[in-house]
Amino acid sequence: MPDSTTTPTNQPPIAVDDVAVRFAGDSGDGMQLAGGQFTATTALVGNDFATFPDYPAEIRAPRGTTFGVSGFQVHFSSNTIHTPGDVVDVLVAMNPAAFKTNIADVRPGGIVLADEDEFGKVGLKKAGYEPDVNPLDDEDLQRRYRIVPVPLSRIVREELADDDHGAKEVMRCRNIFALGLVCWLYDRPLEPTIDHLNETFGVKKGRQDIADLNIRALRAGWNFGETAELVGERYTVAPADLKPGTYRRISGNEAMVLGLTAAARKANKPMVYASYPITPASDVLHGMSGMKRFDVTTFQAEDEIAAVCAAIGASFAGSIGVTGTSGPGLALKGEAMGLAVMLELPLVILDVQRGGPATGMPTKPEQADLLQAMFGRSGEAPVIVLAAASPSDCFDTAIEAVRLATRHMCPVIVLSDAAIANGAEPWKLPDLEAIEPIEITHPTEPNDGEVFHPYMRDEHTGGRPWAIPGTPGLEHRVGGLEKEAVTGNVCYDGENHEAMVHARQAKIMAAQAVIPPIEVGGDTTSDTLILGWGGSRGAILEAADQLSAAGTPVAHAHLRHLNPFPADLGDVLARFDRVIVPETNSGQLRFLLRATYLCDAIGVNVMRGRSFQVQELVEGITRAMEGKS
Amino acid sequence: MTTLKAKDYTTDQDVRWCPGCGDYAVLAAVRKALPVIGGAKENQVFVSGIGCAARFPYYMETYGMHSIHGRAPAFATGIKLANPQLDVWLVSGDGDLLSIGGNHTMHAMRRNVGIRILLLNNRIYGLTKGQYSPTSEVGKITKSTPMGSIDEPVMPLALALAAECSFVARCLDIDAKPLGAIMERAAGHAGTAFVEVLQDCNIFNHQAWFHASQKDTRPANTLQLVHGDPMIFGVDSERCIIRSQDGLGVANVADVDAADIVVHDETNRTQAFELATMRYPDFPEPLGVLYVNADRPMYEAACEDQVARAKADRPADLQALVHGPETWQVT
Ligand code: SF4
Repeated sequence: MPDSTTTPTNQPPIAVDDVAVRFAGDSGDGMQLAGGQFTATTALVGNDFATFPDYPAEIRAPRGTTFGVSGFQVHFSSNTIHTPGDVVDVLVAMNPAAFKTNIADVRPGGIVLADEDEFGKVGLKKAGYEPDVNPLDDEDLQRRYRIVPVPLSRIVREELADDDHGAKEVMRCRNIFALGLVCWLYDRPLEPTIDHLNETFGVKKGRQDIADLNIRALRAGWNFGETAELVGERYTVAPADLKPGTYRRISGNEAMVLGLTAAARKANKPMVYASYPITPASDVLHGMSGMKRFDVTTFQAEDEIAAVCAAIGASFAGSIGVTGTSGPGLALKGEAMGLAVMLELPLVILDVQRGGPATGMPTKPEQADLLQAMFGRSGEAPVIVLAAASPSDCFDTAIEAVRLATRHMCPVIVLSDAAIANGAEPWKLPDLEAIEPIEITHPTEPNDGEVFHPYMRDEHTGGRPWAIPGTPGLEHRVGGLEKEAVTGNVCYDGENHEAMVHARQAKIMAAQAVIPPIEVGGDTTSDTLILGWGGSRGAILEAADQLSAAGTPVAHAHLRHLNPFPADLGDVLARFDRVIVPETNSGQLRFLLRATYLCDAIGVNVMRGRSFQVQELVEGITRAMEGKS
Repeated sequence: MTTLKAKDYTTDQDVRWCPGCGDYAVLAAVRKALPVIGGAKENQVFVSGIGCAARFPYYMETYGMHSIHGRAPAFATGIKLANPQLDVWLVSGDGDLLSIGGNHTMHAMRRNVGIRILLLNNRIYGLTKGQYSPTSEVGKITKSTPMGSIDEPVMPLALALAAECSFVARCLDIDAKPLGAIMERAAGHAGTAFVEVLQDCNIFNHQAWFHASQKDTRPANTLQLVHGDPMIFGVDSERCIIRSQDGLGVANVADVDAADIVVHDETNRTQAFELATMRYPDFPEPLGVLYVNADRPMYEAACEDQVARAKADRPADLQALVHGPETWQVT
């Protein structure tokens, strides 16, 4: 319900199914906060949703410039949705730069709410427009979109002016005004935001006056929508038909933190999370540092290498060692990961992928580290590789990573990406009781008469005993030099080395025994399989739906396990005449499929610093099915 | 409990150092010192990086990890984070800990992680067959410096002090007893203990420390530091360290007032730094414990403390955690 102090609007809102709103402004304009709060409200209304925060790598680029624009997109629907949306129905443009960089993503006929007060000569010039040509007056654009100039800055300045707050504090409420206006437009209640403002500013920061100022801005935004009649109608989006249960909003990095913590508890083990700050993985370090009460120790190391080494040291001493990073950090950790392969200790390495190579595009997603995860070490150094498919899927993937790492005594790389790490979706709370405990045993007795052999393997898992310092009688040495089978003594014998290479590979393959078979969805009788991995699942599902609706039904499947592949992958591939592999890289999974199964998969590959758009995927798949590329 | 002997610390692995290598003496001294220091073998962990000295863990019948080049302090830190009760010794060389691993050495020290570092400094790369190391002197002719090294050497003790290391000592490889005594103090120290061991690589840099290690050179060229004692050295204890306007200087005992001879105070960091930067041949090589600061908090203890406080502060309720601050019902 709208806030009670506003007059109810006369017109009933028009019901629509599916809306995408993008808040765009300067990186200092609070767009992430406005978008996040709009999402929270939308969640409470019961819509399905997906979000996409898009922010620049620079913390505060010069104000008003195009490279300082920060955006937050919310896609919400009365249906089930999986992506933040290709195009937006409403763009909030807080300045000309935001207008310029985002207008192309607005669907024809879409609404553009622009702060007209920012479109003066100075603002236009900073954004790279001719100072005399205001794009809000451009007739071409006006024909294409419903451009609504809003005197946003002026109203905020005038309505909020009081003796206690300076112009700066007042103008900082512009984002909340915009939020109020969009809440009016989509018939969202203001209460959740009011509660949030009271909590963050009033309770936590002791600044109730700032909370009140923002609440006034919020109401002013709502009232403006109601009285100005600039837009004319309003809309509403009915609750989605989600599975019954308790839901929360979750981002990928949050889910990763919860998953790792839950895994530690399910294993009944302390965890050491060692990391070095890197975009877009730092939030996992921040999150883990708040998990100390669950026996989680965090270590902000001096560099990426120290982080992985400390995690390995922690595992050697009996904790679950985890390190988190992004692509460049994974490269730095390569040698130490090779050591973990040799030591045969559990280790989880999280890689929140971003555009590369080198520093690349630190805040933009890309699925380009798959081959690095597979092969980025010296020698024959196989590890388990998993990938999360959506923000909430990070929870399950993290638990699985800890389970497999401790079961097979090996490193497990978990691939996420910048889009699912920062994007959010509704998450039906898991039944924690239903999550199987992670069984870990540390030997306390010798395993061969009087003698302890640290490299005697378990015949099922291929893993070796995890004897930890502090255990009398099991003193042993591990190291990076090649091991003699069973005894673990240093050994340079060629035949032993070959046997050990096979043994390290075999225990990775042994994980197939606990990897579930592939679920093929869509039209399983189709001759075409769309096979994806990682964060592109949502876009693939929607594209497959659209293709079916358009009379081209396809089958689809998604891989969480990239190494080893599920045991039935070869059979599944063989069932289809055509296998299409969409990836936001130049074809890395396709490369592996060809190498492993001689499967002549066709790629749909986009590397534009964002996740797949559904439409380009539909077109790409269609082209692939027609034999064009 | 039966008392342990040196042989209880001896593994069945063949020691593979070159005959005559100074590492043998250190290994023997360590095996002898550990039973004296006490503590359970199963709680002791030897960690190393890469290099000749880094083979050390294979020869110690304790838990051990021979890791990768330069990163031993990071592995040791992880081990202490996971189990602060463990007795972690780090043994590696000058190339490992001061060149490729200089960063990690420095950060372990400034954090004051409770590990004991024995840096076996032979001023050369042994395992890669004789290139100059970060502690080699300027002008050193090696395979990679046919015209002499142009790199200014690192001063390990000064580096440790600059990194806020809370225990800094120095010893000769052949000095089993003093090394044992220093190890005993290091073992009792709460924080990073750093011991530079002047080690002879008799294959690639034989005699690098002969000016300090031989019967006939030692008295004149080394200064044995004893807390509270005046700094006197020489064949007949005829030389001493005095303080002048320019800092420390060397004088004849006969020429100065007894009161002007500098007295060693191992709690004085500034003076320790002066000792750490003394260079032969202008000065004698200082040996013994240069500096101890028992007041710095230990890293892993502070970590444990935060975990304990967090636990006391809020219950570890996983259900509540997953639930989060805001949920909604779908019916
Ligand atoms: S090369 Fe030098 S340091 Fe290495 S084992 Fe031989 S003598 Fe010792």
